Amino acid sequence: MNRIEVKNLRFSYRHGEEVLKEINLTFNGESTVIIGQNGAGKTTFVKLLKGLLKPTEGEIFIKGRNTREVTVAKLAKEVGMVFQNPNDQIFKSKVIDEVMFGPLNIGQGMEEAKGNSLKALKLLELSDKVDENPYDLSLSERKLITIASILAMDTDIVIFDEPTISQDYFGKIKIKKIIKELAEKSKLVITITHDMDFVAEISERVIVLNQGEIILEGSAEDVFSKSDILKSAYLEQPGITQLCKRLGYDRTFLTLEEFLDYRLAKN
Amino acid sequence: MKKIIVENLKYRYPLSEDLALKGISFEVEEGEFIGIVGRNLAGKSTLCQALVGLVPHFYKGAYSGKVEVSGMSVLNSNISELSRKIGIVFQNPFTQITGAKLTVYEEVTFGLENMGIERKEMVKRIEYVLHLLDLEKYKDRNPFELSGGQMQRLAIASIIAMKPGIIVLDEPTSQLDPQGAEEVFKAVQSLSREGITIIMVEHKVEKIAQYTDRVMLMSDGGIVDLSTPQKIFSKDDLLDYGVQAPVFTRLCKSLNIKNKDTGLYPATLGEAYELMVKYEQNRS
Repeated sequence: MNRIEVKNLRFSYRHGEEVLKEINLTFNGESTVIIGQNGAGKTTFVKLLKGLLKPTEGEIFIKGRNTREVTVAKLAKEVGMVFQNPNDQIFKSKVIDEVMFGPLNIGQGMEEAKGNSLKALKLLELSDKVDENPYDLSLSERKLITIASILAMDTDIVIFDEPTISQDYFGKIKIKKIIKELAEKSKLVITITHDMDFVAEISERVIVLNQGEIILEGSAEDVFSKSDILKSAYLEQPGITQLCKRLGYDRTFLTLEEFLDYRLAKN
Repeated sequence: MKKIIVENLKYRYPLSEDLALKGISFEVEEGEFIGIVGRNLAGKSTLCQALVGLVPHFYKGAYSGKVEVSGMSVLNSNISELSRKIGIVFQNPFTQITGAKLTVYEEVTFGLENMGIERKEMVKRIEYVLHLLDLEKYKDRNPFELSGGQMQRLAIASIIAMKPGIIVLDEPTSQLDPQGAEEVFKAVQSLSREGITIIMVEHKVEKIAQYTDRVMLMSDGGIVDLSTPQKIFSKDDLLDYGVQAPVFTRLCKSLNIKNKDTGLYPATLGEAYELMVKYEQNRS
């Protein structure tokens, strides 16, 4: 059984304006990144996976259960999602209450919820903010709190909608590490991002969504080698990939380290 | 002409014990494009708010020093006077949408109406910015029905339409697709060439290096340095400030390829490419 199966999915918010057109996909283990133009349907797609929206046509199965037939509350035990805008997610007046809300609501006991929440906050280096009001914190900190809230729920499927928004270098490293660790724990991680360097570093599988359709799918190396298609989808190659192409290398280098290793081995 | 003069600005938020800005001084010439980089909580957003007057007029708190924009003292002017001279695009576009208008088109008119711009001129400006930010398709849509990235474009469009002499942008491209971000940088650069002064906070260092005239590196409520992109991104201790240099700079640093004239590492793809080609020729 696939962890997520999407069959002939179509979706519109308003009649006659299709946001997603005939999507067929399965998700199992690989850490997957979805990229695409603003308005391509990325956020809509993950909201459908989480059951917040129901397909206009077609079906989505989460571990065999049709999202049309299960309540969002039941699905929440399987699918955690970090919202793009932290203000859409945060509503409690204390960080610890905010983080514990999800775990308590999917049936964790008080002790377990507290333990998981403190662990998640520690992972995001927010232990000293436990008693603060999330609204007194900066946007970047609020984003990290929303990530902690989802980690504490310990769901099998974790979705990040633009996790690196307003994060500095250290914040990005933290999030990268979290995504890798989740993948190592065999969680299914799906990430939406516009940061192409970030894509190159975390993904095993990249899906390019363009105007509601999947136009490209494969490893980061495959996807980033197709500069024309990327351009048509308002995307671009990572900086190092662009420079190496211009220098005449045939190979698609995704990171600086990869290129330096290659040069070292050649000389 | 100096468009922005900041002298020994110190500021503390109400109820907070530490200073958010610890004695900042700098000057910006008319038409300059300044990028601000630094780790989270360095004071970047607070400085933006101080330039437009939300610090201290809206946030209150303890304030000392001087901030002058277009010859007006920020402390002694009210926000509505200041809003004609200096506009800001907030970090979170959701904060910027007025909630008073039902369509994207009307949302852009909000600022213009408040300034009392003539109708004919309004229409011209609105059409220009909707085209510039690729929002024409959505002009009849409710602003709150837009995607995150579209909302961010709308926030930028609304400020550009007002044509203030100075525009402050706080991470304006954080939710934009790569080409959309590139287009915003290009549009902002062309505004600066027309004489509009630009202050932009951004984590996208490759773009900052390519488009800005000078870069301000902030840390812990102060300015570490304000200089050319090459100089800032060549700094050895840059990572200590939570900023990673553009990948082009890091590559050339690993290979020790410097620009002979400046003694600095390159910061843009174009410059890195030229120096790499020369380097490879000399080796073979």
